[in-house]
Amino acid sequence: MSEAATVPEAVAGSAAAAASPVEVTLSPRQLMWLRFRRHRLAYGSGVFLLALYVIVAFCEFASPYGTTTRNDNAINAPPMGIHFFDAEGEFHWRPFVYAYHMQVNPDTWMREYADDTGQRFPIRFFARGEEYEMWNLFKTDIHLFTVDEGGYIHLFGTDPLGRDMFSRVLYGGRVSLSIGLIGVVLTIVLGILLGGLAGYLGGIADRAVNKIIEVLQCLPTLPLWMALSAALPVHWSPLLIYFGITIILSLFGWTALARQVRGRFLALREEDFVMAARLMGADTPRVIRKHMLPSFASHIIATATLAVPGMILGETALSFLGIGLRPPVVSWGVLLFQAQNPLVIEMTPWQMLPGLFVVLAVMAFNLLGDGLRDAADPYSTGGLK
Amino acid sequence: MDSVLKISDLAVDFKTDTGLARALVNVGFDVPRGKVTAIVGESGSGKSVTANCIMRLIQPPGRIVGGTIHFRPERTDPFEIVSLTKKDPRLQELRGGLISMVFQEPMTALSPVYTVGNQVAEAILCHRKVGRQQALHEAAEMLDRVGIGDIDRRIKMYPFEFSGGMRQRVVIAMALVCHPEVLICDEPTTALDVTIQAEILTLIKDLQSDLKNSVLFITHDLGVVAQLADQVVVMYQGRVLEIGTVRQVLKTPMHPYTKGLLAAIPGLAPKGEPLATIASVVGNLDITTPHPLTTLADGRQVSLPPGKLSNDASDGRPATKQASTGAAS
Amino acid sequence: MSPPTEDMLLQVEGLSKYFDGVAAVQDVSFDVRRSETLGIVGESGSGKTTLARCILRAIDPQEGVVRFNSSTGWVELQHMSAKALIPLRREMQMIFQDPFASLNPRMTVREILEEPLIIHKVGNRAERLDAVVDMLNHVQLEQDSLTRYPHAFSGGQRQRIGIARALILHPNLVVCDESVSALDVSVQAQIINLLEDLQNQLGLTYLFVAHDLSVVQHICNRVLVMHQGRVVESGAVDDIFANPQQNYTKLLLSAIPSPDPDVPLRPLDRHELGL
Repeated sequence: MSEAATVPEAVAGSAAAAASPVEVTLSPRQLMWLRFRRHRLAYGSGVFLLALYVIVAFCEFASPYGTTTRNDNAINAPPMGIHFFDAEGEFHWRPFVYAYHMQVNPDTWMREYADDTGQRFPIRFFARGEEYEMWNLFKTDIHLFTVDEGGYIHLFGTDPLGRDMFSRVLYGGRVSLSIGLIGVVLTIVLGILLGGLAGYLGGIADRAVNKIIEVLQCLPTLPLWMALSAALPVHWSPLLIYFGITIILSLFGWTALARQVRGRFLALREEDFVMAARLMGADTPRVIRKHMLPSFASHIIATATLAVPGMILGETALSFLGIGLRPPVVSWGVLLFQAQNPLVIEMTPWQMLPGLFVVLAVMAFNLLGDGLRDAADPYSTGGLK
Repeated sequence: MDSVLKISDLAVDFKTDTGLARALVNVGFDVPRGKVTAIVGESGSGKSVTANCIMRLIQPPGRIVGGTIHFRPERTDPFEIVSLTKKDPRLQELRGGLISMVFQEPMTALSPVYTVGNQVAEAILCHRKVGRQQALHEAAEMLDRVGIGDIDRRIKMYPFEFSGGMRQRVVIAMALVCHPEVLICDEPTTALDVTIQAEILTLIKDLQSDLKNSVLFITHDLGVVAQLADQVVVMYQGRVLEIGTVRQVLKTPMHPYTKGLLAAIPGLAPKGEPLATIASVVGNLDITTPHPLTTLADGRQVSLPPGKLSNDASDGRPATKQASTGAAS
Repeated sequence: MSPPTEDMLLQVEGLSKYFDGVAAVQDVSFDVRRSETLGIVGESGSGKTTLARCILRAIDPQEGVVRFNSSTGWVELQHMSAKALIPLRREMQMIFQDPFASLNPRMTVREILEEPLIIHKVGNRAERLDAVVDMLNHVQLEQDSLTRYPHAFSGGQRQRIGIARALILHPNLVVCDESVSALDVSVQAQIINLLEDLQNQLGLTYLFVAHDLSVVQHICNRVLVMHQGRVVESGAVDDIFANPQQNYTKLLLSAIPSPDPDVPLRPLDRHELGL
């Protein structure tokens, strides 16, 4: 079908010049963007992830409470509904939530919550609430949304200590999602360095790197992560532990990327335009910088995107097992660790919500990565050989 | 004239990143029974697309948007190919049974994991109700006929053990084993060396005069056309420009594009002089504007503006003295 | 072999290249005179491309001598380090077969043509642009091509870009590795004319590797016929085409289909010729 897809070639000089369609003016980057836009799922996932990252970056502002603020009136309380109509059927422009009406079940001694329709807390946007420090830069008390003094709002319910799950999911997302990104940056550095060395130098370097990759890929990752994270000193600060975990995750995550980089390097080395550069006298650093790296930068981005979910899942798994990040640091894994009790599923299933976010984020990253991978090569089927 | 295929007003569109590209515009010609018809054209002329339409092999982003292809219109059980549904049993029968195809790259047409004999036998079993032994026997016969000697040993070999020319012979055997009425060859010798090409061309020619089937031969090489074809269809940018017998088209071409194609062959030009190009032959005549094909007294058809038709057709060798480098390719 | 004279540009002596012990090029000797076009013909696997690449040191030959008449006198290329070769790259260039693969798809035409000048530190920005525009004129491409990417051009136009890139440093020796075989016949004619024009204007010497004998017949002065890594016959093109001495050459010539329907194809049998 290669010929079928070819745009009719202008052979008869000026007479045929009109045969080329508008395609001629697009740069490779524009072509990639065009192709990516056409991949609706990937594009949607990209928008979703961007929104998610913006929200968790500003999670102090976006969430009504801090991670440790307790509400003694709401222990293990379920998610609240947002209402526009009150119990009398009257419409309110400003959405509101009802207060909890708590009752202890005399049979089970469990707290049971219902809406207290007599008490409404209207939701205020960009209003003053709990004071916080934005990015350790300045203190403020403006929140995206909150309720008036004396009221409370728990859109995702609360945990056994009465802490707001919505706020904790956002704060946890900041840690989990950023570990994914930072981990992938480390992975890329390791992958490109080792894969590039193997691919470009060939010979012994190639074989050595390949053996290391093979050995690393044979090892079961979970026990290794466990062993290494158990070795992190207990007295380390949460921040140090955070970076320690990131490094551990990247140490095992670079192999796939390195293989890809090596393969691309080997293939590109044989490309005519790379040989042309060498024959015109370009030295090795220039050949790599000007001709090889740009040709697979897009592939690396796609592969890296597909590696992020692995990082997020790794952090979640470690923390879930109790050997990754530990409270008071909040991550999705830490939140799930606290929801490990089987009773949670039965009694307070909303404490599993962080899991839903892990699933959503991982899925979005995978879809985005697929779309990027397809868009990465604008010359694959773009109507040209 | 007894035609085995009658193509009229065929149109195909391809969806590209930036819009629709017309791959075929109002393509129409007849494939006479028992003759070799060559479609000649450069890349992007639509010659392969036409063949794929006949086999209904056009896949998205391509789409047949109009036209008809009548199969054996003057015989029993005629049918129209473009309107067949995907589930129609006649489509199954058509592909490989009534019409079969030989592609440019023999390795992609052969499975690397089956022996040559099995693959040829499989082609028989797909379309006819015969026993496995019988099929293998016929496969051996056909392989022998396409010039693969030492059959008993070779029939058990795998395609990768064959040279390019041998593989193409196997593909031809596979294509002919069900006695198709039409054999479509899509640039079957382009990937081969010139000596191997000569062998394959001789083989196709000999087989055709033996089996009396119809051959539709797609190529860009006018030398191949001259040696093989009875009838020639010249295509350019998805349109048919000229149809005629091989002598009419190659010895006294009428369309300026055909003249240009012939003049551009390096072997014919005097040494030391610049080659004629399409641009230098066509001059500022616009050959991109479509004109309907007009049938002339001697039976040939040509797409020219009405005023140009009266020009003398006997001037086979066009003037080549103009500067040939006037326009960018 | 006779010692090199000043009217020669290249002298190859006893060149051999083995891949995993199998000879791709074996004991090949020839010389190339200034401003001539020497054709190297043969079928796939004959070693013609390997030979061309050995001469330019795109790959390293194992045996033999490659002498090149550079601007600083005769040099032997076969043992030079990659670094020592860099200044010599200005004087010998290659035009590739595939106009789609030989241009970096992520660079504009201007970047592609400017790169050799940057590498060899020729001129300042304005002078380089002048040189690029001048070369575009030479290969008959429009000036507005400068900001466009290769994929916006047809095969023939890309090959013009490839030619411009090879010639922008004003080399003496240009190796054309099947440079017109991927092109349609009408485009091919334009590129052949262009190559001939440029040769006359710039005094270029071509080493023209091709499998298409009619192209070689048109463009070359002398020709080497290669078969299985060896040169089986060499001489003036017209002599060899009119009166081939070796069986392999006869076989090759007999296999060309004539575009005249009244000249039937009668290929010789390779077994009868003992090949």
